[in-house]
Amino acid sequence: MAELMAMGEEPEILFWVGCAGSYDERAQKITRDICKILHHVGIKYAVLGTEESCTGDPAKRAGNEFLFQMQAMTNIEVLNAYNIKKIVTGCPHCFNTIKNEYPGLGGTYEVIHHTQLIQDLIAEGKLKAENGESFKGKKITYHDPCYLGRANGVYEAPRKALEVLDAQLVEMKRCKANGLCCGAGGAQMFKEPEKGNKDINIERIEEALSTEPQFIAAGCPFCMTMLNDGVKLKDKEQEVKVLDIAEITARANGL
Amino acid sequence: MIAQIVFVILTIAGIALFSLNARKVIRNIKLGKPANRSDQPAKRWATMLKVAFGQTKMAVRPVPFILHLLVYVGFVIINLEVLEIMIDGIFGSHRIFAGLGGLYNFLIGSFEFLALGVWVSCAIFLIRRNILKLKRFSGVEMKAWPKSDANYILITEILLMTAFLLMNAADAKLQALNAEHYKVAGAFPVSVYLQGLLPNSVNSLILIERICWWFHIVGIFAFLNYLPYSKHFHILFAFPNTYFSNLEPKGEFTNMASVTNEVKAMLDPSFVPADVAPGRFGAKDVTDLSWVNLMNAYTCTECGRCTSVCPANITGKLLSPRKIMMDTRDRLEEVGKNIEKHGADHQDGKALLDDYISREEIWACTSCNACTEACPINIDPLAIIVELRRFAVMEESVAPASINAMLGNVENNGAPWKYSPADRFNWAEGS
Repeated sequence: MAELMAMGEEPEILFWVGCAGSYDERAQKITRDICKILHHVGIKYAVLGTEESCTGDPAKRAGNEFLFQMQAMTNIEVLNAYNIKKIVTGCPHCFNTIKNEYPGLGGTYEVIHHTQLIQDLIAEGKLKAENGESFKGKKITYHDPCYLGRANGVYEAPRKALEVLDAQLVEMKRCKANGLCCGAGGAQMFKEPEKGNKDINIERIEEALSTEPQFIAAGCPFCMTMLNDGVKLKDKEQEVKVLDIAEITARANGL
Repeated sequence: MIAQIVFVILTIAGIALFSLNARKVIRNIKLGKPANRSDQPAKRWATMLKVAFGQTKMAVRPVPFILHLLVYVGFVIINLEVLEIMIDGIFGSHRIFAGLGGLYNFLIGSFEFLALGVWVSCAIFLIRRNILKLKRFSGVEMKAWPKSDANYILITEILLMTAFLLMNAADAKLQALNAEHYKVAGAFPVSVYLQGLLPNSVNSLILIERICWWFHIVGIFAFLNYLPYSKHFHILFAFPNTYFSNLEPKGEFTNMASVTNEVKAMLDPSFVPADVAPGRFGAKDVTDLSWVNLMNAYTCTECGRCTSVCPANITGKLLSPRKIMMDTRDRLEEVGKNIEKHGADHQDGKALLDDYISREEIWACTSCNACTEACPINIDPLAIIVELRRFAVMEESVAPASINAMLGNVENNGAPWKYSPADRFNWAEGS
């Protein structure tokens, strides 16, 4: 972003990568695929790079409002300094926080999740499913991230992104507004679960596997980790792949 | 004449006692902190009409939806009959609206079908709870009183409807016998089948008719006064509760104004903070919660839809969103009683956190909003959990070690993991 600014230019959209997208090895792949998609359709975008910092989401969900607001205000200062108008995020948690909780602290932007961007690009005809891996007839089940689905009512965008593949979409019994959490939300990602008789991601992966999919589609780096762990624990790594909507889109377009 | 005086006294006493108890409940709710829920009135009315009046969120589960709808419609419409009972009771008349003729017959006939609907639904509800033992109705919080409460309500409703139908059956028989005072009026499509159970003597029939009449109306007053002690309060609170419910996206947590002031002052020394009442960060006790949280607690019907979809509860953790609501109400009742007994400033050394809700419960929440989505009347257990976490983290600095580590990382590295901010852009170099 700083480079663009130095050239006196402004991006159409800022890609907010997020901590998982920046540091988590698995999520880094998703980040790069989102960039490939942006590049492929010729959108002028920028990232903050080292100027980006945690949105404060895990701090807020864990109850540390101080830390959240410190993070938020620092980020808002950076975003406003660059005169950012529109943001796409690679993570539903960043999406929710910037979209809903930043305006009250002085940061108002048009915020979309990357699945919404993909939906828009498909609708505009800029993005198809061609020249790449064929998902035709493949069985895909989509896991709704809580902070995209219930928290913000985004259920259709990721499904639209999958529909274009001509694949066989199967819904889990608990989907959309009734979707079951992967177990990572509310700062659970960063701690051991409380005592119980099962891990939440196991409960979820069992449901996902019961649809006998070849692919489990995700839209959140935390869900990705939880679902992947579940698939590994169930010893299904060979048969079932967990992929982000961005990865599927990139593959389908040979990016 | 004596009957009329007794009736008037009972009516006044019933309503007065209810107002007294209702005022206590409102006083308790007002112990909560302010929250602005008076914006967007049009949207609020629409939400109330749709969710409370229209019961749209009940439809997710079709069987209880239909049964509950029968009880709801039955109870609301049969209460039109109470208007007639009131007038008859005060003036010593009998079936004062009989003059409506065909319409009256239609109404009484409909009431009978509705009464039967209520009766059957309540019977099925009792079977679901006590014989089929549906999982949703069990759980650590559903012992003793909450369990009995549900059964008392259902049995009372069955008794009230039985009295109503028996009263009509006796009345119809008396009408056929040309008994004095019992003018021919009404249609009795359901209670006609009960007539065979009744004696044929005019005096016994009058006795039965009167007993049922008194039982029905006294029962209604008793039931009204039972509400403040019961989960059945939802029949009234569902309406304000949905009106004042959260209209923002579920993922949006409130930004604490008191914190904004401090953070702004920290980032900009010249900042002059707005006037915000000092207080605790987060909630340790019910009085730290907002009045909306407290109203939510009185509204809860303990149906357990929240708990049955809670990922933590499903996987055997201690957390149950229903228990969060029930604990909040129990503690609030206790605080209210303390005020009555010992005055407003009394401290009993207890609190919602730890004495009612444990740390293990609040830390098991994934904040996934399944509970708020599932609640048929827009109760928000998550808001209470978050306030309790805020207290634990900001006032006490007590959280699971891994949470503290995560918070430390965010503070020092700007990421929840222990990575250097200088490496944040390294993803661009991979492939």
